[in-house]
Amino acid sequence: MNKIAKLFIAFISALTLTLASITSSFAKVEGEYIVLGSAISLTGKYSSNGVHTQNGYNMAVDRINKMGGVKVGGKSYKFEIIYYDDESNPKRAAQLAERLIKQDGVHYMLGPYSSGLTKAIAPVTEKYKIPMVEANGASRSLFTKGYKYLFAVLSPANQYLEVAIDLAVEKNGGKPVKIAQAFEQDAFSQDVRLGILDAAKRTGSKIIIDDKLPKELNDMAATLAKVKATKPDVLVVSGHTKGALTAIRQISEMKVDVPMLAMTHCDAAKLSKQHGKKSEYALCASQWHKNLSYKDKFFGGGKKYDKDFKKEFGYAPPYQSAESSAALLVFKDAFERANSFDRDKVRDALKATDMQTFYGNIKFGPGGQNVAKPMILFQVRCKGDTCENKVVAPTKWASDKFFHPIPKWSERG
Amino acid sequence: MDFLIFQAPILIVQASLDGILLGILFALIAYGMALQWGVMNIINIAQGDLVILGGYIAYSMYLAGIHPGWGVIVSPIVMFFVGWGLYKLVINKVVDRDLFISILATFGIAIVFQQLMNFIFGADVVVAQSEYGTTMLFDNSVTLPNSKIFSAFISLLYAVVLVIYMKKSKLGRAIRATAQNARAAKILGVDTEKVYAATFGINAALCGVAGALIAITFTLHPYVGLPYTVRSFMIVIVAGLGNLPAVAISGMGLGVFEEFADYILGTEFRIGSVFMLLVFILVYRRFKLSRKREYLK
Repeated sequence: MNKIAKLFIAFISALTLTLASITSSFAKVEGEYIVLGSAISLTGKYSSNGVHTQNGYNMAVDRINKMGGVKVGGKSYKFEIIYYDDESNPKRAAQLAERLIKQDGVHYMLGPYSSGLTKAIAPVTEKYKIPMVEANGASRSLFTKGYKYLFAVLSPANQYLEVAIDLAVEKNGGKPVKIAQAFEQDAFSQDVRLGILDAAKRTGSKIIIDDKLPKELNDMAATLAKVKATKPDVLVVSGHTKGALTAIRQISEMKVDVPMLAMTHCDAAKLSKQHGKKSEYALCASQWHKNLSYKDKFFGGGKKYDKDFKKEFGYAPPYQSAESSAALLVFKDAFERANSFDRDKVRDALKATDMQTFYGNIKFGPGGQNVAKPMILFQVRCKGDTCENKVVAPTKWASDKFFHPIPKWSERG
Repeated sequence: MDFLIFQAPILIVQASLDGILLGILFALIAYGMALQWGVMNIINIAQGDLVILGGYIAYSMYLAGIHPGWGVIVSPIVMFFVGWGLYKLVINKVVDRDLFISILATFGIAIVFQQLMNFIFGADVVVAQSEYGTTMLFDNSVTLPNSKIFSAFISLLYAVVLVIYMKKSKLGRAIRATAQNARAAKILGVDTEKVYAATFGINAALCGVAGALIAITFTLHPYVGLPYTVRSFMIVIVAGLGNLPAVAISGMGLGVFEEFADYILGTEFRIGSVFMLLVFILVYRRFKLSRKREYLK
């Protein structure tokens, strides 16, 4: 027994040593590979979106590598990503970022999923001066801290539903509207709220209900009863997928009539599939839609991306995957313009990014947020029992007309 | 502070009814907790996760094309065996240890359950559609989802059946005897091991019923179990162990209190206010207790 135990220990230590020597030999650029690192939520509560993110990254890595890789100094390099599972836990994510940088010698990072985790990692990458391109942290507070090595390809959270208020005012004949809003108490949703506050101020609109939903809550009955009593022109709800699903369930059950309903996370919640006709007319903010006419040479356009992604992963790409793929395109572009692997040169190149991808135009503002891409709004529309998301704003890409006002429940079949 | 509720009295009706319907559902979960707490002296942190698992059973039926309402029958049957198995696997090893060990063990179970549910059902938030429609009162100014009425009705039904079962059946008597004095019950020939397993199974079955009801009234997600544990814990603390009517009343009371806190203080204080109430009740109880008898420390 003792002998076996000793043998076992010897075996384990040998294995650890080999593994250690392998990992420590990973550097920023290993042979023909540019090694990127990412902590990503493969388990825990963000695991489905974490996987969408990872699939987006992997798809872009494969595509770029297949199409000639990254050309730096006349030589062609390939991307490779080291992933660690952060268990959807911010503390773990920060630890893993340290590990990627210090142990694995990674010099360039890709972001995790969600604003919360990006917030946990950003101080680490900043400390070690590691450029990070992230695609899934939209919270405004990420871009007000003066981070120099953080770049986000997506529009910040406060822009999510601003357009919806403008649209409501427009439908009201340019007159201010009455807004009822309910937001979850987390960084992202509260940023969306700030955007609404700005829009309300700008248009002179009045906020008559302003509820903050606790994270644990899955019951909005009280908020909706207030909405019924006060009759606002527009109801805005943001509380991740749980908020979207709860809102539609209870709005339909309580027969709450509002002329306009604006939300976030409709596609992540698979609203049109899970709630079907009950979700019709809901207006949803999205970072990306396959029908947009942006183009690049790697993925073609949105429709082609959609098709290729479906072929590879077996499901339609949510915007989380699209924006994650775009992050790799940004890195590639920056490496080639910097024509060097010097971190600061790469960082400066990232800073000067001004390009179009299938996902949208990308240009970074002073805080690192993408300022070149507007948010889009789609509306859930149903034909019979099948419901689809149709782009209704901005007008440039609108495939359908915005349907307003929402018919009363008593008139809906 | 918002006094909208007093300007529109109809909202008071809405809030009270919502609160009562919600409270009855919570009381069912709390009753399961009180039962096994009283009998086995175990505080089950995994209570909420058992509820969610029960919900996923109903959701799986919904996916298979069966109406999720049948979940209130299927889910408790499945969950009874889950509870039984859980007892045989883990709980029987901690049942006569101190409270801390059992909290730790059930906390571990909670984590395992969450990860398993995440693994099996995915991390997406899901709902099961019952299509029960809505009851409208007072010219559509008060609306009650029929799914909530159904939930309250089923919860009451199970509670009543359980009370009768505990009073009349052999196992029920054995459970009550074990709760009163486990050693004496054992001496008198009660197989306490079996009683414990059955109690844990019954608790899990109640969670199963509640879960199936939650699947059709609210939303399901592998990680939303804890709020249910906390609320049932609170109801039990307020009501005391082994007192079913008190559990039902404190459940409804907390439900109504929550709704009113939501209207008056704002949604963000909804859960916080319940905790505040809990603190007050505990302090009040301590105060009452200290007046009754004195003891040396």
